[in-house]
Amino acid sequence: MRDARAASATLDDVLDDPALAPSRRRRGRAARALRTAGGRLGGRLAGTRLGGRLGALRRGRRDPGDGGPRRPPWQRGDGFDVRDLLSEAVASVGARPGRLALTMLGTVLGIASLVVTIGLAQTAAGQVGRQFDAVAATQVVVQAGSATTRGGQERATGRLPFDAQERVERLAGVEAVGALATVDVGDAEVTAVPVNDPSAPAAVSPPVVAASPGLLEAVRGRVVTGRFFDAGHDERGDRVVVLGAGAAERLGVTRVDSQPTVFLGEEPYTVIGVVDGMVRRTDLLQAVVMPLGTARADWGLLAPQELQVRIDVGAGPLVARQAPIALDPANPDGFAVQTPPEQSSAREAVQGDLNATFLALGAVALLVGGLGIANVTLLSVLERRGEIGLRRALGATRRQVAGQFLVESVVLGLLGGVVGASVGVMAVVGVSLVQQWVPVLSLPMSFGAALLGGLIGLVAGTYPAVKAATLEPIAALRGGL
Amino acid sequence: MTVATGAAVTGAGASGGAAPVVELVGLTRSFSGSPPVQALAGVDLLVREGEYVSVVGPSGSGKSTLLHVLGLLDRPTGGDYLLDGVPTSATSEGRRAQLRGGRIGFVFQQFHLLPHRTVLENVLLATLYSGVPRGEREERARAALERVGMGHRLHAAPTTLSGGERQRVAVARAVVTGPSLLLADEPTGNLDSVSSAAVLDLFDELHAGGLTLVVITHDPVVSARARRRVRISDGLLAEV
Repeated sequence: MRDARAASATLDDVLDDPALAPSRRRRGRAARALRTAGGRLGGRLAGTRLGGRLGALRRGRRDPGDGGPRRPPWQRGDGFDVRDLLSEAVASVGARPGRLALTMLGTVLGIASLVVTIGLAQTAAGQVGRQFDAVAATQVVVQAGSATTRGGQERATGRLPFDAQERVERLAGVEAVGALATVDVGDAEVTAVPVNDPSAPAAVSPPVVAASPGLLEAVRGRVVTGRFFDAGHDERGDRVVVLGAGAAERLGVTRVDSQPTVFLGEEPYTVIGVVDGMVRRTDLLQAVVMPLGTARADWGLLAPQELQVRIDVGAGPLVARQAPIALDPANPDGFAVQTPPEQSSAREAVQGDLNATFLALGAVALLVGGLGIANVTLLSVLERRGEIGLRRALGATRRQVAGQFLVESVVLGLLGGVVGASVGVMAVVGVSLVQQWVPVLSLPMSFGAALLGGLIGLVAGTYPAVKAATLEPIAALRGGL
Repeated sequence: MTVATGAAVTGAGASGGAAPVVELVGLTRSFSGSPPVQALAGVDLLVREGEYVSVVGPSGSGKSTLLHVLGLLDRPTGGDYLLDGVPTSATSEGRRAQLRGGRIGFVFQQFHLLPHRTVLENVLLATLYSGVPRGEREERARAALERVGMGHRLHAAPTTLSGGERQRVAVARAVVTGPSLLLADEPTGNLDSVSSAAVLDLFDELHAGGLTLVVITHDPVVSARARRRVRISDGLLAEV
C-alpha cells in the first residue's frame, strides 16, 4: 500500500511537471506506463480513476513536510465575509421569485402610497399656488410710506415722483406700471352740462382721479370706446378725460366720436374714451380719469399717491425690492410696498391638510408591509430549518445565520422600497398627466422612500433572525429541506 | 475488503504512529427530564487517522447522540472529546463552529441539499464557512464533484437527481473542505441497493485515499464494509 501511494504520488508529479512530460503524447504514455505499474502494485487504489486525484488531495491536506502538524484550512483561508453574506442572502431571496413578489407586495404598496401621498400633495400644492398666481399674485402696489409722529400725526416719509411710471417700468419682471392719485377738486362738481339749478337735488359727484398713461394696462382695464390718453396728453397737460364705464353711464356719455365734454365745476374737459374692466381697481369704473400732468397743471396735484405694477409670475419679491430704489435711490425706505400674498403660506396650508391625511394612510400601509416581511421571514425561518441546521453543520456560527436572515430581510425591504418608490413616482406622473398638472416630486424624498424600505426590512427581520440563530442545529437538521 | 485498504489500517494500527482524529474519554450525555435519560454513559473511543469505523446499534441506543457529539452539534455533559488532539467540550461555540466547518464533513440520510441551488452551488456552500480561500473555492468544488463522479451534472438542480446522485453530491460537499473526519449518518437510509452500493464504493475509495470515516448505521450491509465495527447499546460502546 505504501508503495502504491508512492507510485500514485510519482504519477502525479510526472503529470504535473511539464519538464518531466515535455509532450502530451509522451506524457500520456508515461502515465499509462505508471498506471500499469500502479495497478500491479496497489491493485484497486491505483487502478481506479480516482487514485491519482485522491493522492493529490491527500497531499494538499497536509503540509509539504510530511508528518508535521496539520494546518487547519481555516487558518490560511478566507472566512465568511460580507461578500459571502450578501451573495448568500441575494441567492436565497432570488430563489423563489413568486414568493419574493408576494413578500414585497406590502412594502411596495406602503412605500408607493407614501410617495404618491407626498408627491401628489406637493404637486397639488404647486397647482394651487399657480392658480393663486393667476388671480392675485401678479400685482405689486407701491405707496408713499408713512410714519406716525410723536404727536400722533401721520406724516408721509416718501413721495412718489411724477415719472414713477418710467422709473419702474424698466425693472425686470414688470409688465405694466401706472401711477394714480385722487384729485382734490374742492366743491367742483362733475357734470355733462353746466346747469345752475338751485332746486335740483344734490347728487354725489363721481370722483376725479389722475393717472399716468400706463395705468389702464397695469390695472387690467380695456377701452370700450375711444381711447386712453397717452404720454403726449400727460406732458402737455391737455384737458382730456377718460370715463370709467360707471361714470360714463351716470354722465350720459355713450359715444366719444362727437367729442363730448364734461365739466369739472366750470372747466370743460373733452372725453376721449370710456374704459371698463380694471379688476385691480374697480373703483376706477366710477371715476373720471385725467392725465397726471393735467391734474398737476389745473388742480395743483403734488404727487402721485399710488403705483400699480403688474408683474410676471414670481417676480413679486424682486420687484418689491427694486421698485423703491428705482423710485428714490436716496430714500428707498420711504415707500410701502404691497407684494402678492406669499405663495408658500397658501401652499403650506394646503399641503399640511393633505399630508396629515395621506401620510397616516401611508404609515399604516408601511406598517402592514413591515409586518408582511416579518411574517414571511419568520415563516421562511421555520421552513428553512433544515437549511439552517445544514449551515450550522457546515460551520456557520449563530451570528452568521442571523446575519444572513437579517440581510435577506433588508434586501427584501430594499427591493420593495425601490419598486414601491418607482410605482409611486409613476403614479404621481400619471395622475398629473391626466389632470394636466405639473408633477412636483422631491428627489431626496423618492430615494429616501426606497431606503425606508430597507429600514423596514431591517426592523422586520430582527426577530426572525434571532429566531433562526437560536435554532438548535440538531433539531433544525431533523426538519429536512 | 481489498488488500490495499486492509494494509492501510493494519499499517496504521501496527505502527501506532497515525495521529488520533477522534478521542472520546469517559464521555457522557444525559438529557434532563423525568426520568433523566442517559444517552451516552461513559464512552471511550479512539479513531486514528485513516480509519473506517462503523457504529451500529438499534434505535434508541444513543447512535444519533453519539453522532451529534462527534459532529460538535451537541455538547457532552461529562468527559471530554478531543478532535485532532484539540479538546472541544469546554470551548466556545464560535470555536466549535470553526472546527466543525474546517475539520468535519457531514453526510446525512436526507442529503440536505438546498433545492434552489445547483449541484455546484451546494458544494460551494461548504467552502463558505470553512475558510477555503476565495480563489480556490470553485476549483475545489469542481474537483470534489469530479471525484465523486458528478462532474457532468455541475449545474443540475438537486431535485432532478436520483437519490444516489444526491448522496454523491452530499459526499462531495462533505469532502470539499478537506476535513479530518467524515461523519455519515445512515448514508444509505434513503437509497435503493444499487445506489447504496455505489455510495459505499465511494466511501471505500475515500478511505483508500486516506480519509477517516465514521459511519453510523443500523444496516449490517453498510457496517460490514467498514474495517472496524463498533456496537452501541444502552449508551455504551463495544468493539465487534
